[in-house]
Amino acid sequence: MGTVHFDGDRPTKNTIRSTTKIIAMTQQAAVFALRNVTKTFPGVTALDGVRLDLYPGEVTALVGENGAGKSTLVKTMTGIHQPDSGDIQIAGEVVRIEDPEAARRLGITAIHQETVLFDELTVTENIFAGNYLTRGRMGRLDWPAMHERTRQILSDIDAPLNPKARLKGLSIGQKHMVAIARALSVDARVVVLDEPTAALSHHEIKELYGIVERLKNAGKAILFITHKFDEIFAIADRYVVYRDGAFVGEGLIEDVTEAELVEMMVARSVSETFPKQTVTIGEPMMTVTNLNHPTEFADINFEVRAGEILCFYGLVGSGRTEIMQALFGLSKAATGEVRINGESVAIRSPADAIKAGLVYVPEERQQQGVILDLPIFQNISLPQLGRLNPWGLLNETREYDVARAYGDRLNVKASSWDQKVANLSGGNQQKVVIGKWLATQPSVIILDEPTKGIDIGSKAAVHRFMSELVEDGLAVIMVSSELPEVLGMADRIIVMHEGLMVREFTRAAATPEAVVGAATGGLAA
Amino acid sequence: MENAMTQKVVPNRLTNHWLRYVLRWETFLLLVTALVFLFNSFATPYFLDPWNLSDATFNFTEKAIIALPMAMLIICREIDLSVASIIALASVSMGLAAEAGVGPGGLVVVAVAVGIACGLFNGLVVTRFGIPSIVVTIGTMSLYRGITYVVLGDSAFTDYPDGFEFFGQGYVYWVFSFEFTLFLALALVFYGLLHHTNFGRRTYAIGSNPTAALYSGIKVNKHKLVLFVLVGALSGLASVLLTSRLGSTRPSIAFAWELSIVTMVVLGGVSILGGAGSMVGVVIAVFLMGLVTFGLGLLNVPGIVMSIIIGAMLISVISIPVVVGRLRRAREQRK
Amino acid sequence: MMSALLKHRERFLAMVILVLVLAVGAITPEFLRPTSLVGAFNDTSILIILAMGQMLVILTRCIDLSVAANLALTGMAVGMINAAFPGVPVPLLILFAMSMGACLGAVNGFFVWIVGVPAIVVTLGTMSIYRGTIFLLSDGAWVNSHQMSEAFIDLPRSVVLGLPVMSWIAIATVAVCYFATHQLRVGREFFTTGGNPTAAFYTGVSVGKVQFKAFVVSGMFSGLCGYLWVSRYAVAYVDVANGFELQVVAACVIGGISIMGGIGTVLGCALGALFLGVINNALPVIGVSPFWQMAISGAVIIIAVIANSAAERNQGRIILRRAVSKRDAQVQHQEA
Repeated sequence: MGTVHFDGDRPTKNTIRSTTKIIAMTQQAAVFALRNVTKTFPGVTALDGVRLDLYPGEVTALVGENGAGKSTLVKTMTGIHQPDSGDIQIAGEVVRIEDPEAARRLGITAIHQETVLFDELTVTENIFAGNYLTRGRMGRLDWPAMHERTRQILSDIDAPLNPKARLKGLSIGQKHMVAIARALSVDARVVVLDEPTAALSHHEIKELYGIVERLKNAGKAILFITHKFDEIFAIADRYVVYRDGAFVGEGLIEDVTEAELVEMMVARSVSETFPKQTVTIGEPMMTVTNLNHPTEFADINFEVRAGEILCFYGLVGSGRTEIMQALFGLSKAATGEVRINGESVAIRSPADAIKAGLVYVPEERQQQGVILDLPIFQNISLPQLGRLNPWGLLNETREYDVARAYGDRLNVKASSWDQKVANLSGGNQQKVVIGKWLATQPSVIILDEPTKGIDIGSKAAVHRFMSELVEDGLAVIMVSSELPEVLGMADRIIVMHEGLMVREFTRAAATPEAVVGAATGGLAA
Repeated sequence: MENAMTQKVVPNRLTNHWLRYVLRWETFLLLVTALVFLFNSFATPYFLDPWNLSDATFNFTEKAIIALPMAMLIICREIDLSVASIIALASVSMGLAAEAGVGPGGLVVVAVAVGIACGLFNGLVVTRFGIPSIVVTIGTMSLYRGITYVVLGDSAFTDYPDGFEFFGQGYVYWVFSFEFTLFLALALVFYGLLHHTNFGRRTYAIGSNPTAALYSGIKVNKHKLVLFVLVGALSGLASVLLTSRLGSTRPSIAFAWELSIVTMVVLGGVSILGGAGSMVGVVIAVFLMGLVTFGLGLLNVPGIVMSIIIGAMLISVISIPVVVGRLRRAREQRK
Repeated sequence: MMSALLKHRERFLAMVILVLVLAVGAITPEFLRPTSLVGAFNDTSILIILAMGQMLVILTRCIDLSVAANLALTGMAVGMINAAFPGVPVPLLILFAMSMGACLGAVNGFFVWIVGVPAIVVTLGTMSIYRGTIFLLSDGAWVNSHQMSEAFIDLPRSVVLGLPVMSWIAIATVAVCYFATHQLRVGREFFTTGGNPTAAFYTGVSVGKVQFKAFVVSGMFSGLCGYLWVSRYAVAYVDVANGFELQVVAACVIGGISIMGGIGTVLGCALGALFLGVINNALPVIGVSPFWQMAISGAVIIIAVIANSAAERNQGRIILRRAVSKRDAQVQHQEA
């Protein structure tokens, strides 16, 4: 990478066709445009000379895999990051967006992927923070006016919340509605929606579509970021595809098919993505009965067998991760019975879980998975220092042996085993986490969003490796929000909705529509 | 796609360039210490006398003993600001025990036990309730010393049994005081503990990323509790040395020592944000601060002015790496 | 029940203070005389003012341990100016004290904002630097009452509408802080910054700058208190208000200011200070040695942070209960 620049017109069949079309039909000018924008972070080129055009009254869908540069793009548009080079144009004029304040002045507003709100403050203040309504010469805050306006905006988007309620009492979906209301409170020309439906229920998504429609009619330019194809075809007018931080193509939605979009996104056809092997499924490895938690989930019952990949699918906030963390001994409040290899085990801490043969590859790799400042070999040996060094004295030779055995097996690309994990790519960091757990020789391995934010090569490697694990007789539980991954890898799928298990599918019976429908509450009970 | 055929063998370590050793904080500290040593020996003829040097060690040895476990606690992302108050409380307990007729050996046990109890309390409040240790130990700093004021008011304990003075005033061999020898031995023990045991490795792991450490099966709360107890125990031990050296206990004993102890640790290259630091650095920093204090003492600089220097050292030592790092990054970006 | 009480912390604290006052009054009825109550409040004024500044700092996820040293240094400075130039009008001196305090606070803020050193380290350092500077400034000498001008000493004591000016200053400080944190953008920023720094940044707030502002205000209040303290006790020396920063932090923590930032109210904080003030005043009245003060404020800090952490613990989501009841309703419906 680095020196290669894609300047928009990459000679693939699709892009040539669609770009000519744009030139032919574009009467109105783009209200917002990026030209040749590059943004690098130490070791990564997040955006590599990208372009983007947004038109008033139109929805442009930005499509790309994790790591395509979508969130960096949003942050560059909203003044959180500054581009290293390239132009940002608003109505044809080159502008600088130094900070979020400047973005707001220029009429750019965004609903960020992670809700960036204030739990302790009221709904009203969350909507107006940074842009308070004031009166008088002293600039006194006009709370009555703000509450009134909040009530108005909320009723516009059909979210009947009390403006004076504190945010911490609201559900995730309601918080998202507040985030949307916040974006709408600004008189914006450009509205960015960064994966806005990830945590919304079926009903709320419908609402959101309605809002987007209204924004369109009001002449706003909308950038809609998503990786759900049904959404793209439901509401977008145009599409833009990024891959690995570079612009790949753009065009009108009516001129493109899903298969073509996928091909642009991943530069390979989809069928070869999932190296699913048929493995004979053996005895139950783990049985969970009556797992309950006072606030996060209830009545969880399932078993997973040797050689089986069991997937938990559901919206963000449906309780999947909380179940896995409870199984791994991270939740004090959970109750229930867990049997591993037929034996009832009491897991009160991760240490207990590891001892029982249950390990957990967490979702937040950098926060929960690896210790960035420690070398690879120390990360791998960490869970079993006590076993490697029974007298409590470090023996680095033994640690290196373990690291090499599992690092090589997983094909970790490193310059040496005492290299800091911080200097590895996301995919290789994930391999270190998996290697760390395999070294403990577990019976059950839980993978929570195992391919989130890693490059395609590593993704395929993780999937291949999952197949190898079940061939070796392990039981694998995978939590994933990526439907293709779930459908491609799972032997069985359990769908979660609002803390409950609502449906279970076998591999053969699972269709995308049915699984998504169950997860968004459409087919509850 | 990677290919098994072309996969290189990954070595355990890359051979270190000699620059990597030279550019370490410890090397820099050692250099500064040597310079201060040279400066002092030129500044005054009394400096190089072994007995004078030996006398000088009394100024910092008790603090240095607490700095050893404190370094581990700070590497583990916690801090204990109540250490000086633990010294006071342990000292008062020894005073009460001495009044009750406990002998020298018993007094040591009393002081260490009180230290352990104080550390245990700090650790339990921090780990059970998840409250930042800074706040908890600011509270116990005032609680522990408050108790000594309640017990002593404006009086003092001065009656300690015969033989007790050895701990703070006795010599083991030639110019080597008992205190100083004990410090050297403890420094070795803590060096081994931090750098060559599972316990030390886990300390770094927790300090670098407590969540990932917990997820890797480390019992984070228990580990922290042990460190708080360790700090408490050595504070109790330091209290024995200090009380024995002074021969008396007043409620203001060791007042504001926490500041110089934290400064020693940070000066030694331990990151206040946790996860980094070495015992060698801390020990060198201890000697550096001892030499500076001694030198200023020879120049007749009053004690309170020392506190200005210590405060300034604390801030600048933390600022310098930040500023240097920022400049370096700015330069790299310009490239 | 505990959490219900903590939810209405202000009411709870006010009740505790009332009960405390009445209990002390039951033992020593003189305590309930208006003059001694006014005296108790007046004695707490400095603590209240300092707690207001500290509150802002803690709201932004920092801590200012240098307030007492700042107070002592500015107090010594104005004391010495007054002794050397008795002609300088007192309002000008107060203005000077506040600006000097603000500058000392700005030093803290600079290191936190621009250099990025943790606040605890910076203020631990400046605490001993400021304290040491008093010695350099005064050469260890005291400024005594006979060296101070009459106007200098009289101002805080003069009674207006039944209360000493010092009490009025404390009340005014609380009122200004209340107004600013409820009615002004600049006041709300302390809450957004501490509540969620990332989100605050997204709303266009510079986190470091807000922290800087908090330190400047805290320093300014310390400077003001420097004058008030030296004038009220009519003496300035190196160890003035030594260790007082702990009382200030304790007042905030008791008042419900979360040490994790972003949570707290002006009223709660003022009541927290008042609570400590009542205890400090009540101890000698009921015949307990003043040496208990330190231990009590230490114990109260610990109890208060534990209580705060229990109150802040996540209440969890309501979504599950809804889902379960919905499902149960459906099951019942099917059975029927």
